Amino acid sequence: MKTTTILCAAILAASGAASAYADTNVTVLRAATGPEQEAYFRDLAKTYSAEHEGVTVTFEFVANEAYKSKLPTLLQSDARPDLFYSWGGQTLVEQTKAGFTKDISTMIAPEDLDRLPQSARDAFSVDGKLVGLPTYATEVVVWVNTELTQRAGVDADAIKTWDDFLGAVETLKAAGITPISVGGQDKWPLHFYWSYLALREGGPDVITKAMAGEDDGFENAAFVAAGEDFQELVALEPFQPGFMGTTYETASGMFADGEAAFQVMGDWDYLPMRARSTSGEGLPDDQLKVIAFPTISDPVTEGGDTATMGGINGWAASSSASPEAVAFLATLVSKSAQEEGAKREFFIPIATDASGAISNPIFKQVSDDIAASSYHQIFLDQYLGASVGATVNDISADLAQDVITPEDAAAQVQEAWDFR
Amino acid sequence: MTTTVAPRKPSLAARLGRGLSNGRVTAVLILLPPAVLLFTLFVMLPLGESAYYAFFNWNGYGAPTDYVGFENFERILGHSIFHKAVGNTLWIVAASLLIQMPLALFLALLIHRKTPTNAVFRLIFFMPYILAEVAAGLIWSFVFDGNYGVTASLAQTFGMEQFFILADRDWAFVAVVTVIVWKYFGFHMMIYIAALQGVPEDQIEAARIEGASNRQIVRHVQIPRIKPALIVSAFFAIIGALQVFDIIIPLTNGGPSNQTHTIVTYLYTFGLTRLNIGFGSAVGILLFIAAVTTALLYQRIFMKGEPE
Repeated sequence: MKTTTILCAAILAASGAASAYADTNVTVLRAATGPEQEAYFRDLAKTYSAEHEGVTVTFEFVANEAYKSKLPTLLQSDARPDLFYSWGGQTLVEQTKAGFTKDISTMIAPEDLDRLPQSARDAFSVDGKLVGLPTYATEVVVWVNTELTQRAGVDADAIKTWDDFLGAVETLKAAGITPISVGGQDKWPLHFYWSYLALREGGPDVITKAMAGEDDGFENAAFVAAGEDFQELVALEPFQPGFMGTTYETASGMFADGEAAFQVMGDWDYLPMRARSTSGEGLPDDQLKVIAFPTISDPVTEGGDTATMGGINGWAASSSASPEAVAFLATLVSKSAQEEGAKREFFIPIATDASGAISNPIFKQVSDDIAASSYHQIFLDQYLGASVGATVNDISADLAQDVITPEDAAAQVQEAWDFR
Repeated sequence: MTTTVAPRKPSLAARLGRGLSNGRVTAVLILLPPAVLLFTLFVMLPLGESAYYAFFNWNGYGAPTDYVGFENFERILGHSIFHKAVGNTLWIVAASLLIQMPLALFLALLIHRKTPTNAVFRLIFFMPYILAEVAAGLIWSFVFDGNYGVTASLAQTFGMEQFFILADRDWAFVAVVTVIVWKYFGFHMMIYIAALQGVPEDQIEAARIEGASNRQIVRHVQIPRIKPALIVSAFFAIIGALQVFDIIIPLTNGGPSNQTHTIVTYLYTFGLTRLNIGFGSAVGILLFIAAVTTALLYQRIFMKGEPE
């Protein structure tokens, strides 16, 4: 009698274990974004789970800064997610070198891969191995409030070079309009200036060369020149008063409230800036324009004028990603998912076959920009890894307050790079 | 073999026997292990680990392999922002001792008697201390906001130009110190009130009969009687200053240009958020040494010979 009971219990336990095996859980971790976008991801997970029996996909969202500091610990624990959000760059390289990502080169169908531009695939490859998939690209642009520029008599479309831009800032100042709003407290909105200028001054491969230690590394003349260009702008006092105490969110809301004529920010700010405005509506589309970041007429090295800067964001597969997880990863970049994201104006899809779904003219313009770009540089604060990236943010903030020389700024970045 | 001479102190065996019979040893055996285990797991081990990590250049991924000797410590000691952070921490200590404690003592002397009005004031003054640090930091960041904050309306009322104290490299730290004083004076005040209530009324009365003025009573009766409380509260102020973190993060996040860091926010910013775990551990070790040294020295100098 007793043995039968034990036997029954054993059989029950075994069958329970078997059914647990058939159920595959796919966990996906993402830095928190807006509620609409989170709903979009949850919908994708729900649909996928419904269509694939035995697979349950769950999304978890963690606040942006916490996400970055939590991830290293999580990846080293048994609770690591199967897929996690990534900005690519040095951080992904470090994660891969430590063995926390999976080589999925052969797990994604070639026809799925071919839809993604080579540069975007490269951004998610380390040493030639694909460790994740990109989902969208972003570009840092100059947002223009045309109502304000017109009032001051500035023709936004005529702003091509840095000198044009400086001229426009002067004209706006003379007309009593705050030229630029910026979230200085967060520092990274200021790093766009220094790093974009470095790209313009030093040509498309200036960063890769500096990382390899060629031509004086980050102390190369192009980086010093970028600091000098930035200081020319700072000397005009172009930012809103107290900009070092303003966060990115507040500054973007100020721009949407019509309190400044320009904002140098990514295309992703289109919807969020509206939500942050006092009215919740922001600027109407006919008052809003984006122009490319100005070029330099006599750069240190030619070729930087056709490069763009922004992000290539996507998902990395962790070392414990199951085949089911990788299959779901492919779904995240599928034509329908990409088109849906574009339609809802969340992002500019990276897949070439989904670009037709972009209806918003601003997104369309950015999408064309990126497609035509000679080189798409990922934000330096991501590309160079957490430590060097934060140093770039620091020196950008110092330059914006005129408390550091361009030479010192470049030297500090080099020092951080040497000891990373 | 047993000694024939009766020992002045009972032998270990005898003490153990007595402890066993009255249940003391059992109590120790039952109650000590959990505490020792928790202390070892969550205090000693992490401490040892971070002492180990401090000698590596390690970004937190995988096992630390890049041994750098004392390079982390050298970098910290040569880092201008670390100097600023230490300086700021010392300023907070100074402000706690020279502004916060006198203010707390003054208020405690005013309202230490048990009356309904005093109870209300006590509650009001103690309120900032109850508030969560992060909430306090956020509230004050709104107060100091140059566009919409209280300071903005003040500036407007007096027809002054807008000022952005938290964005000002020279003044942001003054704002931080103001908030810290505001946040913790109530705590010290409460310590003094409790101590003042313990001062025997007859001594004060006797002094008064002898013709002592109010000021003389405070100076020669009340303050000497609450000296132990003053010493303890100064100790809290110093150790607390070494730990200030959660007010600064929402208020200035260490900025502008890293001008308002304390040692702990420095550790967090340059160690954790930048994933320089080895570097951060080294800062942690330095902070630990500073705190332990301060605590030991303080006990040696100020707390010896106190009545038990």
